[in-house]
Amino acid sequence: MSQVQPGETALPEGMKGIVSDWSSDQRAFKGVPWGKAMMWVFLLSDTFIFSCFLLSYMTVRMTTTVAWPPVSEIFALSFGGEPIPLILIAIMTFILISSSGTMAMAVRFGYQRNRKATAILLVVTAIFGASFVGMQAFEWTKLILEEGVRPWGNPFGAAQFGSVFFMITGFHGFHVSVGVIFLLIVARKVIRGDYDKGTKGFFTSRPGNYEIVETMGLYWHFVDLVWIFIFAFFYLW
Amino acid sequence: MANAEAHVEGQQHPIGIYFKIWALLFVLSAFSYAVDYYHLEGGLRWSLILIFMILKAGLIVAVFMHMMWERMALMCAILLPMTFIVVFIFLMTSEADYTFALRDFFFAVGGA
Repeated sequence: MSQVQPGETALPEGMKGIVSDWSSDQRAFKGVPWGKAMMWVFLLSDTFIFSCFLLSYMTVRMTTTVAWPPVSEIFALSFGGEPIPLILIAIMTFILISSSGTMAMAVRFGYQRNRKATAILLVVTAIFGASFVGMQAFEWTKLILEEGVRPWGNPFGAAQFGSVFFMITGFHGFHVSVGVIFLLIVARKVIRGDYDKGTKGFFTSRPGNYEIVETMGLYWHFVDLVWIFIFAFFYLW
Repeated sequence: MANAEAHVEGQQHPIGIYFKIWALLFVLSAFSYAVDYYHLEGGLRWSLILIFMILKAGLIVAVFMHMMWERMALMCAILLPMTFIVVFIFLMTSEADYTFALRDFFFAVGGA
């Protein structure tokens, strides 16, 4: 989005915009704070890390001569009656999507300088995230202790299932956990009014503003985005 | 579009759009879960999984991450490199097919 300051002319849009932005002095990403541009670059690199994991999963699954374990049945859960396939994973998906919704609204209220609403929405997002990690811990415990799944083998089929599962969901769960910690840090800064007063942050020792909530949001939405791919390729395929 | 919001700070959009996208993501997730629940198999299963996945990912990037309101320079800098993963997928599928064919051959006849 272009922000036209008084005395400036509007920037060209579309393909002409690319040429003029990249050939201009000093900064290519007009109207984007540096922290947000850097977060996008980090997310791009993180995309490649996760696609390497998913591609190696694809490769081992395509090359194994042993049948792949029945994922839908392994992750089934029964609430007293018939086991419902993949139900915990579905609940985790809905929780993560909801956390993305509250995060998007936190960004909006941040720019409106509504400190209370922003902080509450950030904490709700963190609670959703923490419950996601909790369910994942439950899933891991069940798989390791009750089903005997190990990175080098499992009772259901192809041995690679365990290593792929622990690697991909573990790395994603680590991302969620880090996100929860940073959500709480940002929420505390918001409610304290750091971004109104220009208090210097511990990370960069620069005064922050509400753009940090949006940058935090980019990371959080990315975590949700990765889960969508894991859900599709690992759990549903 | 950009000029109308020119003097508003950062990314501020009507809250209704977030609720609509949220609801849409719920519906799409329910659809992809239904694909498994009703045991759809083969090409239908894989294409439905991919369609719902791409729709969900697109909605999150475009609206929740505000990509549709960014300038073309940022859009291309971030989204264009991601499409190169498709090349990687083709490389690895052909490699995996070859490895599988070799294993199939050697495990079946002992390489004789």
